[in-house]
Order: sequence, then C-alpha cells, then structure tokens
Amino acid sequence: MNYLKYILVGFVFGIILTKAEAVSWYRIYEMFQFQSFHMYGIIMTAIATGVIGIQIIRRNKLKDIDGNLLTIADKEKGSARYWIGGVLFGLGWAMVGACPGPIFIMLGAGFISVGLILIGALFGTFLYGVLKDKLPH
Amino acid sequence: MEFITHTWHWSVAGFLIAMIMLTLNYFGKVFGMSSNLRSLCSMTGVGKKVPFFDWDWKAQRWNLAVVIGAMIGGYVAVHFLSDASNVDINPKTIEQLAAMHIDAPNGKLLPDTLFGNQIFESPKMIIILLIGGLLIGFGSRYAGGCTSGHAIAGMSNLQLPSLKAVVGFFVGGLIMSHFILPLLF
Repeated sequence: MNYLKYILVGFVFGIILTKAEAVSWYRIYEMFQFQSFHMYGIIMTAIATGVIGIQIIRRNKLKDIDGNLLTIADKEKGSARYWIGGVLFGLGWAMVGACPGPIFIMLGAGFISVGLILIGALFGTFLYGVLKDKLPH
Repeated sequence: MEFITHTWHWSVAGFLIAMIMLTLNYFGKVFGMSSNLRSLCSMTGVGKKVPFFDWDWKAQRWNLAVVIGAMIGGYVAVHFLSDASNVDINPKTIEQLAAMHIDAPNGKLLPDTLFGNQIFESPKMIIILLIGGLLIGFGSRYAGGCTSGHAIAGMSNLQLPSLKAVVGFFVGGLIMSHFILPLLF
C-alpha cells in the first residue's frame, strides 16, 4: 500500500508527459530546430513553478508527509562531469528523442522499439559504473 | 473530453510537471527518472563486481513504483486520451523531416521511420536506437541526472551544477539535431 501513492504519481506523470507530447520524438526535434516554443514553454513554466514552490516550502519551513522539515539536498559540486555528461546526454536525447522518463512511458504505451533505447540506456549506465573512477568529475 | 484529448498547453503541462516534483518532495523524495536505470542494473546483482551498483537501491524502490505508474499512464494516454489533432508540429519541421525521409506525425507521437516495427529488420535503425540509449544512460549517470533531475528539479532549486548540465544537454542536442541527424538520414 505504501507504494500505491508513488504508482499514482507516476500514472499522472505519464499522462502529463504524453498529453504535453514531451515524449514525442517530433517535439524534441522541433525544439532543437527552434521551430516551436512548445517544449521551451513546458520547461520554463515547470522551472518557474518549481522555484516558487521550493521558496514557499523554505520560507514557511513546511514539513513533509512524515512530519520532518522538508529539505532538498544540493547537487554535488563539480564541473567536468556536468559539462561532459550533459553533452553526451544531449546527443542521445536529440538522436532518439527520448529522455529516461519518456523511455519508460513510451514502452508502457506499447512502442516495442523503444525497448532498444532502454537496453542501450541500461548498458550505458552499466558502462559508466565500470569506468566511473577513470573519468574526470 | 476535448480539453484532455487535445494537445495540452505548455503552461498547463509545465505547471503540472512542477507539481509532480513538489508532490515527491512532500513525500520526502527527489524527482529524477534516470536513477531508475541504475537501480535496474543493480537488481541484476552486478553490484558484486562493480562497486557503483553496490548501493542501497532498495531504498529507491519507490522510484520504480513511479516508473510502473508512468508506464500505465503512457498506455492510458496513448490508447484512450489521444486525438488525430495531436502532435501538430511546425509545417516547416515536417518539410525538413520529409527531406530526411522521416514521415510526418499525423497524430502519431513517434515517427514510423525510427520506431515502426519494420526497424527490427534494419540493422542501421537498431544501432541508432541502441547508441542513442547508450548516450542517454551513460550521459545521465555521468552528469548525475537527466531532464527531470537537473532541468526541472535542480534548476527549481537554483543549483549551479544543474545549470551546467542543462547547458550541456542543449549543446549536445543542437549538435545532434543540426549536424549529425542530417548525416544519418
């Protein structure tokens, strides 16, 4: 039962991303060609809402579901990993028009071919795990 | 029902995505989809050989529940909440795609050229999807997050590392979209 609320959040998330067409290869291509505001609008509205939401949480010292003070951990400091990892991710994102969320969402929707992207992504994750200590971070 | 079956406006979608992130924050969790790939790798027991996968992935099972929900959501949205008017992209984009022999959307989310079942007979398409996935998996773990973890959650929390990652996402995306995709198709 504990997991039910997460399944529900995921369910709504899957519907939002599909109906906003953020899962669409076409929308990602159109975005990188600067031929539509749609995807930029989604990302910017999400960030703006998120910034306001997190400020409200901080200033009012809101508590989470367990009654603990709601805190959000900072990302680790660094540069190389973010630049290099970011560019590699971007290459893949624009190539097959999917990021990790949409990979799962489209697979659930029945696009079997997206399974190939998932296999590649799992192998890529594995490869990072193997090479981690040899890479600049 | 039209307001559901039609393409959702970007402002509505953006707002709701942030609400998803904030809901997870309220549950004491952090929004991020790519760490599920690490969990899935760890589930195979590979952590015995590669220390990176020897972590407490069981504490991340909630995120796999989000994934299961998202898959069901995708199924419901595609099969019951879709409309022929969907994916109404820029006519100029459609023209460009035609020149690359990629079919127009006509309501579809994904082009048949890349995702139709005939691609399983094309080694080139199989390799494209596998390499795209490889870059996504490797890049997101290297950068410590993807679109959800950095572009949405990290930027909302004004994290400089996330800004670097997001600039990287766009640099990589622009290179692929403008210089590499035209060579592939």
